[in-house]
Order: sequence, then C-alpha cells, then structure tokens
Amino acid sequence: MSLRSPIGRVLGLGAAKEGVSHWWSQRVTSVALLLLGLWFVASLLRMANFEYEAVIAWIAGPVNAVLLLLLIATLVYHSLLGVQVVVEDYVHHHGLKIGTMLLLTFAHWAVAALAIFAVLRIAFGAPGGAG
Amino acid sequence: MESSTTRKRPLSPFLTVYRWQYTMALSILHRVTGCALSVGLLLFAYWLVAAASGHDAYQTARDFFAHPVVRILLIGFSFAFFYHLLNGARHMTWDTGQGLERKAARVSGWIVFLGAIVCTALFWLLIMRNAGGAA
Repeated sequence: MSLRSPIGRVLGLGAAKEGVSHWWSQRVTSVALLLLGLWFVASLLRMANFEYEAVIAWIAGPVNAVLLLLLIATLVYHSLLGVQVVVEDYVHHHGLKIGTMLLLTFAHWAVAALAIFAVLRIAFGAPGGAG
Repeated sequence: MESSTTRKRPLSPFLTVYRWQYTMALSILHRVTGCALSVGLLLFAYWLVAAASGHDAYQTARDFFAHPVVRILLIGFSFAFFYHLLNGARHMTWDTGQGLERKAARVSGWIVFLGAIVCTALFWLLIMRNAGGAA
C-alpha cells in the first residue's frame, strides 16, 4: 500500500519537489561530456603546435567553434550540478549553504559568459581577436 | 527544551566506522577530481579569453602555462579529467544495474585508476612530441 497521493504519484516529484531532474541532468551532461571531452582531447593532440595563429585558426573553424560552445555550456552546467551536491553534503548551515551556492552559481555563469564570448569573438574574427 | 528534531540522535554510520578499502578512496577521488576540474574551468576560460584578446595576451598566457608549477598543475588537471571521465563511465554502468558485485566493482576500480594514469602519460607524451618539447 502506498501512502502517496495519486496526484503525487503522477507528478513523480517526491519530497525534493524536483523529482529526478537534477540526477538526470547530471547523466545527460555526462554522456555529452564523454563525447565532447574526447573530441577536445583528440583536437589538442591533433594540433601541430599551440602558437597563436594555429590556435586562432582552429577555434575559428565553424565546426570547432560550435563544438567548443557546446563543450563550454555542458562543462559549466555539469560542474554547477556537481558542486551543488558537494555543497549540500558538506555545508550544513542554511544561510552559508545558500550564500555559497549563490557565489558558485555567479562564478559559473561568469566563466561561461567569458568563455563563450571569447570563442564567438575569435569565430567572427573581431579585430584584435584574429588580427 | 529539546524537541525530537533538535535532540542529538545517532546519525547513519559515517566513514570512520568502516574498515578502509581502496574502493572508498576511488569513490572520494571522483568527487575530488570533479571539484578540481571545476577549478580547472578557470584555466580553460583563461586560455580562450587570452586567445580572443590578441597576440600579446595569448603570449602572456603561453608563458603562464609553460611555468613549471603550472605545468605540474596541468598534468594534475589532465589526470583529474581522465579519471573523472573513466570513473563517470563506471558510474553510468552501475546506473544500468551492471557491475555492482564486489568483485566486478573492484576490478573496474583498478581499470579506471590505471587507465587514467596511462591516458595522462600518453596524452603528455603525444603533446610533447607534437610540439617538439615546446608546447
């Protein structure tokens, strides 16, 4: 016999009110990062050198730029999901927990914005970027 | 006044009550490498921002990444990357209900740990060879 209400069972959200969305997002980003991560490592290994011109030319390639953007977004999202679990496990003071997560969220979005902007700037060949 | 929620109740057993096993170390290492890689994101972003900022800024970044201390850090980050990736695959195998038996979990633990070391070594060997030692 289940004590859960029919509506609760249908929604499947449980006590956390989010259901398995956090857990599932972590898995989806893991699979994506498995592929994107291996692509990035293979790309680094295929790069003849890390001179400025070579790196700019590589980033500016349309496929490379888009895959880099996907890599950045997935990495940052996966990282944020991960550190959230760590903070929830080890930071017990409620206020401190919220404050820490707030800071980490801001930091992650800032890193994502910077990295994405950098790739776009190179890909669109802004002066100073590809110049 | 002590309510039932504030009274000191026994908690579920924590690490200190268990006999140490290397699978525990491997489990913690997944979390440690994950946190390390979150910090490593900063270096990844710095590399991209430096490249987008022009030749001089990129050269500064290259000098920074070539510093011996940073090089050692990068080797550490690359190990963290390979370990977290391989162990993540191990975790997702567990999610399907496979490989959870003690023997299988121990064997896969060794494979992941040694695999990460081999991948790290191979990665840097190839990088160094490609760049003629001046990556």
